[in-house]
Amino acid sequence: MATDGGKTNNVVEAKGLGLTFKTNDGDVVALSDVNLDIGKGEFVSFIGPSGCGKTTFLRVMADLEQPTSGSISINGMTPEEARKSRAYGYVFQAPALFPWRTIERNVALPLEIMGYSEAEKKERIARTMELVNLAGFERKFPWQLSGGMQQRASIARALAFDADLLLMDEPFGALDEIVRDHLNSELLKLFARTKKTIAFVTHSIPEAVYLSTKIVVMSPRPGRVTDIIESTLPPGERPLDIRETPEFLEIAHRVRDGLRAGHSYEEHV
Amino acid sequence: MQRTGGNAIPVLIVLAVLLIVWYGAATLMNAPWQSILYERAGTTDVPLLQYLADVWSQAKPILPAPHQVVQEVWTNSVLQEVTSKRSFVYHASITLSATVAGFILGTVLGLGLAVLILHNEAMNRSLMPWIIASQTIPILAIAPMLVVGLNAVGVTGLFPKALISTYLSFFPVVVGMVKGLRSPDQMQLDLMHTYNASRFEVFTKLRWPAAMPFLFASMKVGIAIALIGALVAELTNTAAGGLGVRLLTGSYNGQTITIWGVLFVAATLAAVLVIAVGLAEKLVMRKMGQAPA
Repeated sequence: MATDGGKTNNVVEAKGLGLTFKTNDGDVVALSDVNLDIGKGEFVSFIGPSGCGKTTFLRVMADLEQPTSGSISINGMTPEEARKSRAYGYVFQAPALFPWRTIERNVALPLEIMGYSEAEKKERIARTMELVNLAGFERKFPWQLSGGMQQRASIARALAFDADLLLMDEPFGALDEIVRDHLNSELLKLFARTKKTIAFVTHSIPEAVYLSTKIVVMSPRPGRVTDIIESTLPPGERPLDIRETPEFLEIAHRVRDGLRAGHSYEEHV
Repeated sequence: MQRTGGNAIPVLIVLAVLLIVWYGAATLMNAPWQSILYERAGTTDVPLLQYLADVWSQAKPILPAPHQVVQEVWTNSVLQEVTSKRSFVYHASITLSATVAGFILGTVLGLGLAVLILHNEAMNRSLMPWIIASQTIPILAIAPMLVVGLNAVGVTGLFPKALISTYLSFFPVVVGMVKGLRSPDQMQLDLMHTYNASRFEVFTKLRWPAAMPFLFASMKVGIAIALIGALVAELTNTAAGGLGVRLLTGSYNGQTITIWGVLFVAATLAAVLVIAVGLAEKLVMRKMGQAPA
């Protein structure tokens, strides 16, 4: 998958990317020598134990952290340029909705900042609320919605300004399994309908295998990529019971092996 | 409304206990003077009921009985022309205007300082020590200097008194608002960063609304101490009137009943002001979608 320089179809290209946090207890290597390309229209999951740098990598893409070595480009731009040109939508671990705004005004927040007209705001709110199945809840305040609905609203907010790249940092980590299953299949539908590129951080193997076209297995200390698995499952919408097929289990097995390899490394340290 | 009914009994019990303690204290504290009075009049063998009635109706008791205070407030407010210099209402209105003016100035000043401190680390380091130091100076020392000083340059009337209220009431607003404007969590700030929001947008769309509960809590403290500031400022200029002046003349003349009456009027005024801020808070927070408690 490594495509060098020039015009490629890659949304994200990382080469020798490293990030070291300076702390009072000394340096903490969060990412070391990460080489990764994400092609247009791919759904890439990052999986690994905590401390493996998966969230850090997402935050580097979003220009929320600065790499200390190597290079990364988003749509051929630096992360900062990409952020300023509103190239991506970011979904956090928690919904991070503003409690004093109704759901529709939360979705409108990026549109307000980006200076969309009233008519366009209205149209986009209606469209994205429809997309995440929240039509009818526009006037509710966040506390009136369940956790799953709140996270859907935050996805709507990330979709509202039509960024082609969606960065999702364990968006369903705090939800129970039933809601999580539901939102996973909704997310795949949305992925199929909108043809976006999605980078998705998770620590759930079934979630990663179910959603992704490509799975990046990472290991901690220092954060690095140990395996990149191209999914053999059909792209686009997938039924939930695909998780019982031999194909699915085989991929899950490979992910688990990758994670175990990372862990044994840790034990030798 | 069931909650009100449920609360009424404990509230009444506390009130009853307070009244009993008060009457008891009045009996004990006024007893020595009552003995002197009886001695002068040559009265002996006073029945208990008569003794209590006498002890609770002295003209200048050490501690007036509750009903004496209530009567004092009643005769000086309801039964008195509002324009009269004896009227508590007249004096309360003077104090109120200085309090409110000072409170508004103080809130604005506090907000301004909080914004400066938030956006400028140098300001944070250089201003905060002075702000804290300002509150360690006894207001009784500052007030006369300020009022007399301003008087010397021809500034008189409401403004010097309001300034003392400002001096006290800006402080909780600064402290509360610095905390409130810093209250958004990292995730919310990161979110605004991904939108490439300007500092101004982060302030208006995130920090300011997030700070609202802190603002109202600070304003409740601020308006109560603004009243204290106005009262103290009035002590320095007895000609201008105000509850502070009534307090002072009462103490010159040993009119303990008047002093207590004024204290109760001032306390009621403070309560009304704090409740008014509380109502404003309820209105704003409801508009901001706060879950009903």
